[in-house]
Amino acid sequence: MATTCERREFLLKLLQLPCSAVLLSMCGPLPLFADEKKEGYDAGEHYYGMGIQVDKCIGCGRCAEACKAENDVLRQPYYFRTWVERYVVYGDGEVTVDSPEGGIHGFSAAESDREVLRSFFVPKLCNHCDNPPCVQVCPVGATFKSVDGVILVDKDYCIGCRYCIQACPYGARYLDPRTKTADKCTFCYHRITKGLLPACVEVCPTQARVFGELKAMSSPLRRLMRMSQLQVLKPYLNTEPKVLYSELDREVR
Amino acid sequence: MDELFKQLAESLSQVSGFIYPNEAELHWALLVVIYPYLTGLVAGAFILASLEKVFKVKEVEPTYRLAMLTALAFLIVAPMPLLAHLGHPERSFEIFLTPHFESAMAMFGFVYAWYLMVVLLLEIWFEYRADVVKWSESQKGWRRLAYRLISLGSNDISPKAVAFDQKAVHTITLIGIPSAFLLHGYVGFIFGSVKANPWWSSVLMPIVFLFSAIVSGIALVLLLYYFTTLVRRKTPEMSCLNKLASFLLYTLIVDLSLETLDFIHRLYESEESIKILSELIFSKLFLSLTIVQILLGTIGPILLLAIARFSRLPDELKRVGYFIAALLIQVGIFSTRWNVVIGGQLFSKSLRGLTVYKMQLVGAEGLLVGIGFLILPFLILFLLVKLLPPWQESRSS
Amino acid sequence: MRTFRIPDQVARLAVLFAVAVVALVVVRHIFVPKSFGKLGHYRAAAVDEIASQSVRYAGMQTCVECHTEEAEKKSSSFHRGLACEVCHGPASEHASDPEAKKPFVPRERGACLYCHNYLPSRPTGFPQILEKLHNPMKPCPTCHNPHDPTPPHVPGTCSACHASIARIKAISHHDSLECETCHEASPQHRQDPRSALPKKPTNREFCGKCHAQNAPSAKEIRRIDLATHGGRYLCWQCHYPHYPEGR
Repeated sequence: MATTCERREFLLKLLQLPCSAVLLSMCGPLPLFADEKKEGYDAGEHYYGMGIQVDKCIGCGRCAEACKAENDVLRQPYYFRTWVERYVVYGDGEVTVDSPEGGIHGFSAAESDREVLRSFFVPKLCNHCDNPPCVQVCPVGATFKSVDGVILVDKDYCIGCRYCIQACPYGARYLDPRTKTADKCTFCYHRITKGLLPACVEVCPTQARVFGELKAMSSPLRRLMRMSQLQVLKPYLNTEPKVLYSELDREVR
Repeated sequence: MDELFKQLAESLSQVSGFIYPNEAELHWALLVVIYPYLTGLVAGAFILASLEKVFKVKEVEPTYRLAMLTALAFLIVAPMPLLAHLGHPERSFEIFLTPHFESAMAMFGFVYAWYLMVVLLLEIWFEYRADVVKWSESQKGWRRLAYRLISLGSNDISPKAVAFDQKAVHTITLIGIPSAFLLHGYVGFIFGSVKANPWWSSVLMPIVFLFSAIVSGIALVLLLYYFTTLVRRKTPEMSCLNKLASFLLYTLIVDLSLETLDFIHRLYESEESIKILSELIFSKLFLSLTIVQILLGTIGPILLLAIARFSRLPDELKRVGYFIAALLIQVGIFSTRWNVVIGGQLFSKSLRGLTVYKMQLVGAEGLLVGIGFLILPFLILFLLVKLLPPWQESRSS
Repeated sequence: MRTFRIPDQVARLAVLFAVAVVALVVVRHIFVPKSFGKLGHYRAAAVDEIASQSVRYAGMQTCVECHTEEAEKKSSSFHRGLACEVCHGPASEHASDPEAKKPFVPRERGACLYCHNYLPSRPTGFPQILEKLHNPMKPCPTCHNPHDPTPPHVPGTCSACHASIARIKAISHHDSLECETCHEASPQHRQDPRSALPKKPTNREFCGKCHAQNAPSAKEIRRIDLATHGGRYLCWQCHYPHYPEGR
């Protein structure tokens, strides 16, 4: 029984070691950030964000599926750490939005004779706000912004008052009925601290999701920030989201 | 959990428009409606009591002790629905261990403790001390023991000591008025400061809460005073009832003006949320807001009180008018709390859809538990009244 | 002289309050978690607890270590941007014990359709099929190797990727026009779309070939005076060429 466990740990340790030519040849190209790794993980050296290229999203919903699998999120369609919304803007100005089961089983074509002006998919998740209203309202300090900028929930400390759920403008939080505590996207904190990508980013087939360092010069996210005009959701609330959208339509709320 | 999933599936099937997937569950339900309703009654009853002490309104003196005990009874129950609604009530003490000072809710523990310990209990203790000492001498058995315990062995009832008690009561009332404002204003702030929710987010929210609290508190004490005098086969003092009715009328008018201001302000500013909020008001909230809260709970009682107070009806009819008005006000204020708490969760924060709230009959957050929390304060009040009779004839001096 | 004496009532209450305050301090000391407040107003230990959650998606780099052949093939195909676990599902258990747990292999039609079934909301140019018309009943891998999904024969029609444009054109007056009438596309575009983008018309005269007053086209085609109609705008700045009769 020990062998399976050890091998996995060994592999992970490998990724965390400083890279040398020998190791590189042994394990091929290392995951993102791996070359920045020293022994252990230093949160102070990181500050994470995510970019979402709306024009690249094909609405396959693999991100929502992977998120549930990776994080053991309840399969019922009332609990999502990430989901995909479909917007249809009709010629007469009417807008319809849907997200059947969060897009987890993909979308089906809605047949309609009406003239469609434009239509697109928008992935949503916790915005990991730099000025997070959910953290502000937590009465006991059970939800917080980590040193590397990720908004986390301490499920052993949360009292389940749900004030954070009310305070989140983006509907990114839910109450997990198993633990009776608030739950939300962690940017797959257990992955990113090991140098892996968040599950939703890992499986996004079109790279609509770009994860990385907000402040380091060389990071895929910095490239997106250089190359695109970016927007955030509900900017007037001054939550300062760290999830940045390119090609975001004005109808998206 | 299967029960919950079934419920959520049913709510989801009744959603109109689009809601975020996580919004299928309505998180603050009946118990969170009851909480601000109860604290409102506390603050209102206390403010009424302080009228006599601070502003020397002699007419309402017969209600002073009753109002104090009412405030205490309701304050004891007020945090219970909150506690019952927590996912982890056993962790609630964390709010005292590691209060997050940026959080409006974290202040709950402190405002509550301050109000209970420093204001209400102290004031009642000083007010009753001399009587308690005398009762401890005249009574026997467990009552004697109870009075001894309550008096903390402070048995000095010399005129000097009693004079000090009265001074203490006065000072505490002075501190108590802003504290009562704080207690309920803060409850309003919990909702008013949620910028994510356009139905709640308003600077007026704490003030509207406060005035509706005063209204409901005075109405409750009026009901209790009327009821208890009838039970004791006495005639209620008409000057007292008239005064209470006047106060009720004025505060009700202020309350209505504030709510109207809030309404007009929203309508005039016509922000992004106005479309979905109008839809909300005219569909899901039509009955509880327009009919119950505004017509039945505010305009009705205003007319009734005005007629009963300023016409030349016989006292018996006036009393009935006051009584009905006060009852209607209770219903109205309860629906005010309902419309704030539940109403604020019936629309999606995407501002694109409306959801539903299905109240459960049984269960931890069901109707029966809710009714229980509404009855419990009266049981506690009954015990308090038995222990510390607030009637003028029971005063031993 | 008499000294000021604290009233008896106050003294007794003070004792009670002191006891309460001391109790609170003691309770706080015992019950506040040790790591609370180390990094901020939270339990610092919670961060490590969250970070210790187990990984389910191993990440493409782990797969590639063993499956070099598939990785190689995929790396130069249309699917080069896809991680293995998009289709194969979470494989971390498989990575730690390859024999005990085999990852999912999609062999039915369903899996590919998450991405490739036609949806008008998908970005144009993304290859899509109409599930009911595209070789119904045949599992996708019969014709397409998922690690190199280049179609066995070059797409015959543009609608393979530009389905929503094809659909609206099909009900428009321009239905009878081939895409190539307006968009000159090199054969390379069909094999590696982004490396050779099709051309678009650049001037009014192009549309004028059919729509000018003196154009040698069928009589029923609508004519306009190129010199005066539309001012300084190019035709497609007002008319949507794939549905030109819409106003």
